[in-house]
Amino acid sequence: MIEILTSPAFNTIQDLGRRGARRFGVSTSGAMDPVALAAGNALLGNDDNAAGIEIQTFPFRLRFQTDVAFALTGADHDATLAGSAVRPWWCMQAKAGDVLAVTAPRRGARVYATFGGGIDVPRVLGSRSTHLRGGFGGLEGRTLQAGDVVPIGRSPLRSDGRFDFGVAPPDVAITGAAPADDRVLRIRVMRAGEYDLFSEAMQAAFWSTTWKISARSDRGGYRLTGGKLTLDAPVEMRSHGVVAGVVQVPPGGEPIIQMSDANTAGGYPKMAAVIEADLWRLGQAAPGSFIAFSEVSYQDAVAAMDPVNDYLAKLRATADLYRAL
Amino acid sequence: MSINQPNAPFVGTIEKSPKISLIGTLAMLVEAPGDFDLVQQGRIWALADAVSSWPNVQEAVIGVTNVMLVFEQPPADIGMLSASIVELWHRVPSRKADGKLIEIPVVYGGELGFDLPAVASRAGLSERAVIRIHSEGEYTVCAVASSPGFGYLHGLDPRIYMPRKSVPSLNMRAGSVTIGGMQTGVAVLTSPNGWNAIGWASVAMFDPQREQPSLMLPGDRVRFRIDRIEL
Repeated sequence: MIEILTSPAFNTIQDLGRRGARRFGVSTSGAMDPVALAAGNALLGNDDNAAGIEIQTFPFRLRFQTDVAFALTGADHDATLAGSAVRPWWCMQAKAGDVLAVTAPRRGARVYATFGGGIDVPRVLGSRSTHLRGGFGGLEGRTLQAGDVVPIGRSPLRSDGRFDFGVAPPDVAITGAAPADDRVLRIRVMRAGEYDLFSEAMQAAFWSTTWKISARSDRGGYRLTGGKLTLDAPVEMRSHGVVAGVVQVPPGGEPIIQMSDANTAGGYPKMAAVIEADLWRLGQAAPGSFIAFSEVSYQDAVAAMDPVNDYLAKLRATADLYRAL
Repeated sequence: MSINQPNAPFVGTIEKSPKISLIGTLAMLVEAPGDFDLVQQGRIWALADAVSSWPNVQEAVIGVTNVMLVFEQPPADIGMLSASIVELWHRVPSRKADGKLIEIPVVYGGELGFDLPAVASRAGLSERAVIRIHSEGEYTVCAVASSPGFGYLHGLDPRIYMPRKSVPSLNMRAGSVTIGGMQTGVAVLTSPNGWNAIGWASVAMFDPQREQPSLMLPGDRVRFRIDRIEL
C-alpha cells in the first residue's frame, strides 16, 4: 500500500487505456505518454499495461506503507526517496515508511510512478484507468488527494531481486526522436478526411505555422493557437467516432488535437491525425510549448512504430537480464 | 499508395459508395453517402455488426450514418480492406430498428425541466402541448456516443425542435430529458450541457460495472411516458 501525502490536482491512476468501449460512448482514458508508463512497468517486471500514477501537477509526495519496488519515468524531473536523490528513468526498492517526493519537471509535462505489482484497483470495463467525466475507474473515478491509500498488487518478482538501475529515456535512445530545435516539437501526422476541403493556402498554413499549445489544454485535448484555418464554404459534418491524435478544425479556425480523455465523437472537419509513434511525445508537450506538423505516408507512419517497439523490447530484455545477474 | 494521400485512388468517390478515410493508422471512418435517413443508418448498423467480427477489428464505433473501425494493428493492405468494406456495403441488407423498446417515465417541467417554457414559447404551443408531442413520439437510438451511454435519438417532431444554447447550462443533472436541435436525449452525466431540459427521468442509463454497460444500444426504440407534470 502507498499513502498519498501531497497531490495538488489532476493526478490520476492510469494504465494503457480502456479498449473496446467507445461504442458505448466511453473514451479510452489511459496514460498520455504510454511509452513512459510501459517503460516503468518493464523496469519492474510488470505487464506493460499495469496501472501507475500519472503525475501532472507538483510537488507530488507519497509514503510507502510496505516495502515496494518503484520506478519514475516520463518527464525529466527531480525526485527524492527518504531524502536521497532518485534519478528519472530509474527503478529502486523503497522501504516501508519511506517518502517519495517528485518536483516539477525541467522538460516535459507528465511523470509516471509505477510500482512492482502495479496499482491494484478494480478493473472497470477492462481497465484500471481513471475516467474522470464518468466517475469510474482508478480510485473511485476521481483524482488522487492527500490521505488516499492506494493498494499495490503482488510483484511477479522475488522481493530480494536487484533494483537500483535505469535506462535512457526514449527521446534520447530513439534516433530522431529528440527535437532538433529544442523549442519546437516536430509532430508527424497523416492527412485526414477533410484535408482536401481546405484551400491550398490553408493547407500550406497548417504545415508552416508554429503552433502554440494553449493554456486551455488538458488530457481531453490540446487547443492550438498561432493561426486560423478557415474553409471557403462551411461544411456540415455528422457526428462520428474519433481517436486520440485527430486534429479537428472548429469554425473558429484554431485546431484542436483530441487526447486521451477526448469525447468519443467529433463533428468538425478533420485536417490530420498524429501518428501513433509521436502521440507519446505530444503527451509530454506542456501548455505554452510549441509544435509544428510534418506529413508522413501511411507506410512511414506504420514503420515509425518500429523504433518505439524496439526500444521497449530492448528495455524489457535488459531489465530482465540485469535483475537475473 | 494509401488513401488520404495525393494521387491515391479515393475509394469513396464512386457513386453511392461510402466515403472511406483514415484517422491515423489505427482507425478508419466509413461514411454513408447521401442524406440522413433510417435506411442508411440501418445499413451502417448492419455493416458495423458484420465488420465487428473481422480479424484485427477491435471495435466498430457507430455514428450518425457512419461507422469508425478501430484496429488492433495497422492493417497491412488498406486498399484491399477499403474494397472489402465497399463490397459489403452494397451487399448487406439494412437492419431495421429491431432492438428492444425502452420506456422512460418522465417528470415533465418543474425544477429540472427548466427550459420547458422557452421550448413552448419558441414552438408557439402550450407547455402541455409540448409535453404531449414529446411523449407521443417513438424514437430510434441511432448511435451511442459523446458521453458514456448517451443515445442519439432520432424521431423528434419538428414542431418542437429547439436550437442548442450558445451558453451551456452549468451542472445540468444526470437524467435530464433534453432537446438539442432536431434531437432529443437523456443526459447521462451531471455536467455543463447546451441542450434544453424539459423534464427529468430517474433511469439508470449507464452502469460501468456491467459487461454491457449502456441501457441504450443502436437500433433500440425509446418512448417517453408522462410520469408527472409539474407546471
